[in-house]
Amino acid sequence: MPHFTLDGRTIPFEPGQTLMEAAMAAGVYIPHLCYHPDFEPHGSCKLCSVEVNGRICSACTFPAAENQEVISASEEVRHLRLRLTQMLFVEGNHLCPSCEASGSCELQATGYYLGMTDGHFSHFFPRREIDASHPEVLLDRDRCIFCALCVRASRDEGKNVFALSGRGIHTRLVVNSPSGKLGDTDLEATDRAAHICPVGAILVRGTAFRAPIGERKYDHRTIAQVALEEERPLVGRQHGQAED
Amino acid sequence: MGKPKIRIATTSLAGCFGCHMSFLDIDERLLDLVEIAELDRSPLTDIKHCTDCDIAIVEGGVCNSENVHVLRELRRACKKLVSIGACAINGGIPALRNRYDLGDCLEEAFITGIGVTDPQVPGDPELPLLLDKVHPIHEVVKVDYFIPGCPPSGDTIWAVLTDLIEGREPVLPYELTHYD
Repeated sequence: MPHFTLDGRTIPFEPGQTLMEAAMAAGVYIPHLCYHPDFEPHGSCKLCSVEVNGRICSACTFPAAENQEVISASEEVRHLRLRLTQMLFVEGNHLCPSCEASGSCELQATGYYLGMTDGHFSHFFPRREIDASHPEVLLDRDRCIFCALCVRASRDEGKNVFALSGRGIHTRLVVNSPSGKLGDTDLEATDRAAHICPVGAILVRGTAFRAPIGERKYDHRTIAQVALEEERPLVGRQHGQAED
Repeated sequence: MGKPKIRIATTSLAGCFGCHMSFLDIDERLLDLVEIAELDRSPLTDIKHCTDCDIAIVEGGVCNSENVHVLRELRRACKKLVSIGACAINGGIPALRNRYDLGDCLEEAFITGIGVTDPQVPGDPELPLLLDKVHPIHEVVKVDYFIPGCPPSGDTIWAVLTDLIEGREPVLPYELTHYD
């Protein structure tokens, strides 16, 4: 089986696999937010940046190949990911104490994993619209990190409820209805798109604070442990590999 | 003569004093602390101005002109400045007002709000002027260390404080790292 090295470890891969898929299948966590094994890679958050033969690349989109020397666990790469995470925090309004997703938030858990204690940069405090028009789902754009997981999930469900509009700092999450309101789309609370958000931007109403502090998803397990447990089997399934 | 005590100052800007309450949650370890440290300016001592100190711990965001003044005085007086809690680190709950126009906030609070009698925006010259946004303290002065949490637990504060007192670079273990 062809292989590459990741932090000195031999990682086998199947032709067509990305670095992320091969690493995940081998049980190596590479931080990520916009990647999910069930959806086509988006390559936007850059949290999965790794050094491949001296170049920085996104592991979720970069194809695995022979003779690749990949570095993921260096202090340099960790620091790059830390700064990217801090940028995500300051570009939105991520006020964890007031967020329903706190404790189960992938952005927050990534911050913990990377040793982030502050935002480093000046905060943007952008003004973004909250959409409470849907009876079952709340859309709080303050927390959107533009990972497009909801866009891809909704597209795969054949509904195309969500889309990203605009560019750069003007990018915003829009919904597909004549009024522009979530309540006028055909989104249902049971849709995958309503549950895939890694932060607290799309929240299903009536489910908040069910898990008390101390029993939330990332209270005792790191995002690395959770991802390897929950996402790794999906990678194996996708490529027809046996789970070990 | 014993070793000179280290001097610690603490203050609260735009916050709820929760971080100070958590500071008291170090419980009986306070007795260990007072053996080696002396409190300078702090709500616990009611000293109003800071003299030279080793560590200053700041809770709360920067929401008005007095907060800026106090923070700058503290920065000048201390060797190491510690930003503690969500409000000091990213504006926290007070920063929820940043999505609104300041004039609208004042109008809602003092003119049109439910239960307001004798509606008027306070204009006493002794009142500090509000900034148009609540800012984290690192946007105003240089900060040396951050303790996240709303509030951080007593154990978290103790871990960082003892590291600093003993000259170690503070590193928070996973169980003590929370942003909420």
